[in-house]
Amino acid sequence: MDKQKELLNVKNLKQYFPIKGGFFGRTVNHVKAVDDVSFTVYEGETLSIVGESGCGKSTTGRAILRLDEPTSGSVEFDGTDLLSLNKKEMNQMRKNLQIIFQDPYASINPRHTVRQILTEAMEIQNVWPKEQRNDKVIELLETVGLGAHQADRLPHEFSGGQRQRIGIARALSVNPKLIIADEAVSALDVSIQAQVLNLLKKLQREFKLTYLFISHDLGVVRHISDRIIVMYLGKIVEIGDKKSLFENPKHPYTKSLLSAIPSTDVDKKKERIILKGDVPSPIDPPKGCRFHTRCPFATELCRTEAPELRSTDENNLDHQAACHHMEKFEAESLQPMA
Amino acid sequence: MIQYIVRRILQTIPVLIGVSILVFSMMHLVPGDPAQIMAGESAPQEQVDNLRERLGLNDPLPVQYFTYVSNVVQGDLGNSIRSGRDVGDEIGSRFWVTVELAFYSTILAVFIGIIAGVISATKRNSFADTGIMIVALFGLSMPNFWLGLMLIQWFAIGMDLPSWIPFLENTSWFKPSGWGSFSQIVLPVITLGTGSAAIIARMTRSSMLDVIGQDYIRTARAKGVKERIVIYRHALKNALIPVVTVVGLQFGGLLGGAVLTETVFAINGMGRLVIDSISARDFPVVQGTILVTALLFVFVNLLVDIAYKFLNKRIDLD
Amino acid sequence: MGKPNSYENILEIKNLQTSFFTKDLELKAVDGVSFTIPKQKTLGVVGESGSGKSITSLSILRLIEEPGKIVGGEILFKGENLLKKKESEMRNIRGNEISMIFQEPMTSLNPTLTIGEQIGESFRIHQGLSKKEALKKSVEMLELVGIPSPKKRVKQYPYELSGGMRQRVMIAIALACNPNLLIADEPTTALDVTIQAQILDLIKNLQEQLGMGVLLITHDLGVVAESCDVVAVMYCGQVVEYADVKTLFKEPKHPYTIGLMKSIPPHDQDIEGDLEVIKGAVPSPAEMPTGCRFAPRCPFATELCKTKMPELQTDENGNQIRCWMHTDEWDGVKDREVTVHG
Ligand SMILES: Nc1ncnc2c1ncn2[C@@H]1O[C@H](COP(=O)(O)OP(=O)(O)O)[C@@H](O)[C@H]1O
Ligand SMILES: Nc1ncnc2c1ncn2[C@@H]1O[C@H](COP(=O)(O)OP(=O)(O)O)[C@@H](O)[C@H]1O
Ligand SMILES: [Mg+2]
Ligand SMILES: [Mg+2]
Repeated sequence: MDKQKELLNVKNLKQYFPIKGGFFGRTVNHVKAVDDVSFTVYEGETLSIVGESGCGKSTTGRAILRLDEPTSGSVEFDGTDLLSLNKKEMNQMRKNLQIIFQDPYASINPRHTVRQILTEAMEIQNVWPKEQRNDKVIELLETVGLGAHQADRLPHEFSGGQRQRIGIARALSVNPKLIIADEAVSALDVSIQAQVLNLLKKLQREFKLTYLFISHDLGVVRHISDRIIVMYLGKIVEIGDKKSLFENPKHPYTKSLLSAIPSTDVDKKKERIILKGDVPSPIDPPKGCRFHTRCPFATELCRTEAPELRSTDENNLDHQAACHHMEKFEAESLQPMA
Repeated sequence: MIQYIVRRILQTIPVLIGVSILVFSMMHLVPGDPAQIMAGESAPQEQVDNLRERLGLNDPLPVQYFTYVSNVVQGDLGNSIRSGRDVGDEIGSRFWVTVELAFYSTILAVFIGIIAGVISATKRNSFADTGIMIVALFGLSMPNFWLGLMLIQWFAIGMDLPSWIPFLENTSWFKPSGWGSFSQIVLPVITLGTGSAAIIARMTRSSMLDVIGQDYIRTARAKGVKERIVIYRHALKNALIPVVTVVGLQFGGLLGGAVLTETVFAINGMGRLVIDSISARDFPVVQGTILVTALLFVFVNLLVDIAYKFLNKRIDLD
Repeated sequence: MGKPNSYENILEIKNLQTSFFTKDLELKAVDGVSFTIPKQKTLGVVGESGSGKSITSLSILRLIEEPGKIVGGEILFKGENLLKKKESEMRNIRGNEISMIFQEPMTSLNPTLTIGEQIGESFRIHQGLSKKEALKKSVEMLELVGIPSPKKRVKQYPYELSGGMRQRVMIAIALACNPNLLIADEPTTALDVTIQAQILDLIKNLQEQLGMGVLLITHDLGVVAESCDVVAVMYCGQVVEYADVKTLFKEPKHPYTIGLMKSIPPHDQDIEGDLEVIKGAVPSPAEMPTGCRFAPRCPFATELCKTKMPELQTDENGNQIRCWMHTDEWDGVKDREVTVHG
């Protein structure tokens, strides 16, 4: 697995949304939606971003694609600095980076047939010669598990799962290298969700795709990912390969997130860490460690000093977390505060 | 809230400047020489020149504009060409007649429109609903001068009804003209208010239907709240939020509609004044009336916005 | 409240049928649903969207709206049939003896009334309290559901609260009058897992404190496994399997239940290769199969399944199943491998 090619390199990405207010709509503050996030996506892998709603997962995805212009940082894709491209170059670049949304219906023209939707995507990026496009549409539909007979139907004639397949087909139609899937299976019923997950895995094998998979469902994430990023309030709190992150979570937030998921094992009564309160506002995030207001282990240090991402295991330097007290958890010497 | 109101008032300043520019340039947008037009086709050149000098029409446009604005701010709207009287005085009492007419009509429209809309929505697809919506459609499509004439015909001049109908042998209950007494007010107010009532009824109905389908209405029912209270306490307040905006816009429309209504009922209001002044090319009066009407409209919309904000707590205060 | 009545189960639904009537078409949203909630127990109802879970729960409170109609069956609450009650009697039951919380905390509260007014309303309707007393009780309720600084919160409007907080307010409204039965329709679906854990924990604690029965509707099998005593699995308007929670998760019988369990990727274990899936999709209500409704998607379906609807069978433990495979008439392969995740 080592010495893989770096496909996407995100460095110190920040996305601050201005809040207008006061008499003449001055900017009075900022929503620090993504606050200094760095990570790398290797070619052919699936990297997932998990975290509670509002932690900045979608914003990260959108900033990479420059759907919102990021405040600062750098995004390098396959050796090209995306943030330095002009509009036209960026649009051409989008051929390589596609996105699938939770609700594909919101991002497609409801009056276009599936054929029109797919052909249009190909036209914009000018992939495939004109006369081949029709065959390509049929081929794509079959790839995503729809039939040629459905090519001339309108989006509303499809069920939610089928629409998601259309969204996937549209992303695939331009031969992308990286697909950002933003909660792509979250709105689907479990039986349909399983079908779409299998489809995504199949497509990855067939087309050597790389996924940046955004989700709040840790079961889904465990199934589809190679590596995982856990975000909290605009920051990465833990990053690591799937196995070690799920089996040996380092950050108390990751632990509580994992423990909060209800399990279908009716015999095992597991210990649950129930977090107090809500996620604080990203407008004035807590000083020090952003998690300290809900962390059962927080100390004075946590309240004053922001922890950096670091590893505690020399044999697994890629598994990192941002917590002052990880060693003490491992030694089991730290008890939750009353 | 206070901050919002202050800000909202400040925001009207650009609107007022725009209005004043528009009203000011009216005189210059009319084809031909304004002085000539005001003096009349056959006036001698000397008189025209005099008038031009008196009106300051020889100054550069920006200077004219600033003179105009500073006069207006000091309450000087100029003098009527026809009567020579101060335009402010000309408008004076007539202004309040028109405001009263529009105000009573709005009250009537709101009252009838909301009640009809609520009944229609809660008894959806019933006989009452269909009936109300048909009447509303009539109300909308009827030109108000025609409605006014019909009302005068029926209830002021009186209809010839067969004598065996008790109490109704004479339907000349109201006066066909003038303004002031109750019997003079009724018919013009109905004439002017009907169209708005119809619009408000339709708006209330659709807004109410939308609200009744909301989750929180189901919550209220699941709490065991009586249907009547579900409608009036839980649904109506939310349903009125979009209606308030419409009422504000309607009031503006009513000011326009007042012109026709005042003419039909021979009411001596601003509408009449405008019409008479236009036909007499009395530009200062036309300008003055339009300016006053626009100010009134801006003021009413300000009130509406504040009411809207008050009703709709969800909108952030800034 | 009628004469004292001895009853085993807080709620017993028998053959409930609720339909929507469109132009010359009857859409059977709930088609012969039966289940029981023992006193002070939690029944979980699971199933994919459109399986009739919400319509079943709204039917219990008789809150079905046009063009829907309850067309048959019995709903026995404390032994009395709710379908026989007058509308005014139902109003006394709603929010008082049976309460309900809904899926969408963001839209389920009235945006133009304060939190205090909305909780207080229950006390005023059902206990005839004055405005002031109701407000005082509302503060107590907010305290009970764990909302910090309740005195300040009662004066606030819903937009000032987060989703998790609003769901707590919904629970406060529902529990205001100590109901005997709480119906929770996907109460945590719109919330994050950490908040879900808080809310489920809260419901469980309050259930123990107040001794009420709970009908918990969800599509999350994990939630069912952790929070419920008995489970009804619904598919296309019918209960296909009803069992106590241990039996259901250890020995699921219905192919739909098994399929559902296999399609969920677990968070605590790795799955090699692909997930097992239920093929196809839920049939549209207009093209409901005539035989077993699951037959078109069932890997074991035979001719019998496709032509004739199986009845709900009850075993000696009171567990129920609607599947030909578990009858004597079964004509297919008997031996199936039943394993769920390893
Ligand atoms: N366009 C925007 N303007 C202002 N705030 C935004 C905008 N988009 C997102 N946010 C805020 O940024 C934060 C992160 O949002 P998002 O990335 O959508 O979270 P997630 O996808 O993890 O649920 C949230 O607090 C959200 O309200
Ligand atoms: N107002 C309505 N009009 C027509 N059909 C409806 C209506 N409400 C629900 N249905 C139908 O009833 C069925 C069951 O819906 P529901 O109980 O909401 O499902 P669930 O809660 O299990 O997701 C669905 O097939 C849906 O289409
Ligand atoms: Mg998101
Ligand atoms: Mg539902």
